[in-house]
Amino acid sequence: MDQTVTTATLTVRGLTKRFGGLTAVKNLSFDLHPGEILGLIGPNGSGKSTAMKSVMGIERPTAGEVLFEGENVAGLPAHKIARKGFGMVFQHSRPLNRQTVLENIMVALLPDSLFMLFPDKALTERAKWIAERVGLGAVMDRRPPTLPFADLRRLELAKAIARDPKVVLVDEPFAGLTSAEVGTFSALIRSFRDEGRAVMLVDHNVKSVAALVDRVLAMYLGEEITTGRAEDVMKNETVRRVYLGGAIETHARPETSFKDKVPLLQVENVSVHYGKAQALENVSIHVHEGEFVSVVGLNGAGKTTLFNTISGFLPYTGEILRGGQPLRGTGPAKIARSGLVQCPESRELFGEMTVRENLDLGGQHLDDAARAKQLAWLFELFPILKERQGQMAQTLSGGEQQMLAIGRALMMQPQILVLDEPTLGLAPVILELLSKALEKLRQTTKITVLLGEQNVTFALPHADRVYVLEHARIVWEGDPGRFAAEAGKDFL
Amino acid sequence: MASFFSSRLFFISLVCVVIAATLPFYVSGYILGLLTVAFYFGVFAMAWDLLFGFAGEVNFGPTFLIGTGAYTAGILNNQFGWSVYLCILLGALASVVAGFVLALPALRVRGPYFGLTTLVAVLMLQNFVVVFADLTGGEIGLTIPDVITINAGANYWIALGFMTVSAAILYGLSQSPVGLVLQASGQDPVQAGALGFNIVKHKLAAFIVSAFFSGLSGALLVFYFGTASVGTVVDVAVGVNVIVSAVLGGRRTVLGAALGAIFLIVAGEFLRPTGELATFIVSAVALLVVLFFPGGFLGAALSREARS
Ligand SMILES: Nc1ncnc2c1ncn2[C@@H]1O[C@H](COP(=O)(O)OP(=O)(O)OP(=O)(O)O)[C@@H](O)[C@H]1O
Ligand SMILES: [Mg+2]
Repeated sequence: MDQTVTTATLTVRGLTKRFGGLTAVKNLSFDLHPGEILGLIGPNGSGKSTAMKSVMGIERPTAGEVLFEGENVAGLPAHKIARKGFGMVFQHSRPLNRQTVLENIMVALLPDSLFMLFPDKALTERAKWIAERVGLGAVMDRRPPTLPFADLRRLELAKAIARDPKVVLVDEPFAGLTSAEVGTFSALIRSFRDEGRAVMLVDHNVKSVAALVDRVLAMYLGEEITTGRAEDVMKNETVRRVYLGGAIETHARPETSFKDKVPLLQVENVSVHYGKAQALENVSIHVHEGEFVSVVGLNGAGKTTLFNTISGFLPYTGEILRGGQPLRGTGPAKIARSGLVQCPESRELFGEMTVRENLDLGGQHLDDAARAKQLAWLFELFPILKERQGQMAQTLSGGEQQMLAIGRALMMQPQILVLDEPTLGLAPVILELLSKALEKLRQTTKITVLLGEQNVTFALPHADRVYVLEHARIVWEGDPGRFAAEAGKDFL
Repeated sequence: MASFFSSRLFFISLVCVVIAATLPFYVSGYILGLLTVAFYFGVFAMAWDLLFGFAGEVNFGPTFLIGTGAYTAGILNNQFGWSVYLCILLGALASVVAGFVLALPALRVRGPYFGLTTLVAVLMLQNFVVVFADLTGGEIGLTIPDVITINAGANYWIALGFMTVSAAILYGLSQSPVGLVLQASGQDPVQAGALGFNIVKHKLAAFIVSAFFSGLSGALLVFYFGTASVGTVVDVAVGVNVIVSAVLGGRRTVLGAALGAIFLIVAGEFLRPTGELATFIVSAVALLVVLFFPGGFLGAALSREARS
């Protein structure tokens, strides 16, 4: 399509956002045309979300212009900007849990009036239409807590486009979705473009972004590196260096190389129920000392339940043995202190405490010298955490929070490290870094790792052994070399 | 909304109100008096739940609103001898103004600071009452010359009617589209803003509605008592009772808050022979309910109904 003919819906000039001494977005300029998808890529903390929030009015820009159809909206509050024709899809969804999906969509359609006392029939019809459109037609009358993850994300898309916005801002729509779901979401976002909306998209799933967008703007440290067609941007030297990184290398070893006769961790015929629903069914896995085991499974397969059970948070039937000794009856705190440390998917950071305080909490059982050494090692691994020691954890970017969560777990010097979806929200270059760090860790220490992932490009290269969890059951076990041929259909 | 009129909750509420309305024909004046107070407390608790359960704001100072309404009405009657109804109306309006003045700055601060601001407001009101004793009666209390009626049955019906109407309005509001927007603002203010809702406006409106009902009920209560004192309408302990009632009855249910208040007042009275122990027992029950049925009385009942 020819962009010189259409006038831009959104024109951003010299957008700058400072937080205290930190310039999160520096002099950013771009145009967004109707019927165009602009991708925004860049390493964690490069200012993508901040740029989006500044456009939307959630953050007040420090300087610069945000022109919507020629009118400068920079500095207006979010609700005014939204009413002009903007919709935003948030990374984290917090729907109204007592209301149905349909009612949640209805909320997005309501006028900003204090006197809307009775629901309008027309709004219900429109909400139904939107639900159908994003693929929620079958679950309109269900409540959000009973929905699978992908449907919750659909609900966010539905709310964002409810009032027919001209500009749609989408922050990390693909995070946590399976490759099939990424496909449907891409199609949905493409349909927004085909309706003539201007779409801005941020995601770390580079392949899917490249396939979807018309143009890409790459950012680094708040500034634009380059803008252009996806192929060209991905070839850019700086983009490769600071964002894409290299390929993740394979490191598997054969199982026979583990000397211990009794595995370090054994899960034997474990079943877990949530009310009537069965979350784990006769699951058995084992992990040897020094081994790296990946549990691969789609959303809702039961990975997090498995890890929470091992960490002592859930009641179960069956046995969990640690070095041959049953773990039953040991509380979560004691399990963690004994060296079985989980880095949960939900991160569970102390939001109002600083980065340093979060890390120190992780390392509180170490003596001063050991803690300082561990901290120095960690800061080498994630330099950004060193820079941001004094920043409140909840103001970190999504990927920075993920690094902090992993860092805090590592500060506990775990014997068995349980990582639940650690790749969520991390830039490719950081994945490579994390991968190298785990490899180094396993060469230099006796650490044992149990990894839960949906992203097999990260889970496979490190794994000595892989389990596939599907609908609460282990359906496959084997070495990563055989995975692609025997169990990869849902993942690759 | 329409589904509400055919729901079990509506039917049960209706039956309860009808039965309650017949009480004056066969129970003692003592019990009627107790329930009269309980009904006014029920309105305090429902008004508080609108803020906490829906707007997501913890107002630690319900008695700032209640006390302002009560004392304004009382003082006007005491000083100028204006008609009871005018005084009550002006009391409610004073409470609205006070609520507005308090909420406008308080809603700009984040999280727990809102609660602290409201708590400080109570202490200021308490101080004001004590310092301007000539006007307010100070620590002895303010005598209120007029009453609405001295008939126990009539007082009871007024309180019951007032509570029923307030419940209908507050519950209706909570279930209406504006109630939904309010709930969305309470749950995730950033997202509600990005959906085009002016959060401050909606929360302010909720605060004003809450203030109006709190003040009105406070004013009615002092005309029933014939006196206004810090211990009955301003003290932080009274506010704590209102909060406990609402939590006990069930957050975000509005109607549950009234149930909680009635339970708290009636139980407190029946345990009075146990002396100091009464407060302890009631608190223990409240604690147990909160621990084991975090949804409160009504929350627990409703979720059971939803499950079956
Ligand atoms: N309220 C705040 N106070 C201080 N610093 C902040 C605040 N919000 C964001 N930052 C910082 O600004 C930088 C940019 O953050 P932003 O969330 O825009 O990054 P991002 O590009 O979206 O990263 P990610 O890919 O990890 O989501 C980060 O380093 C972050 O720590
Ligand atoms: Mg981000």
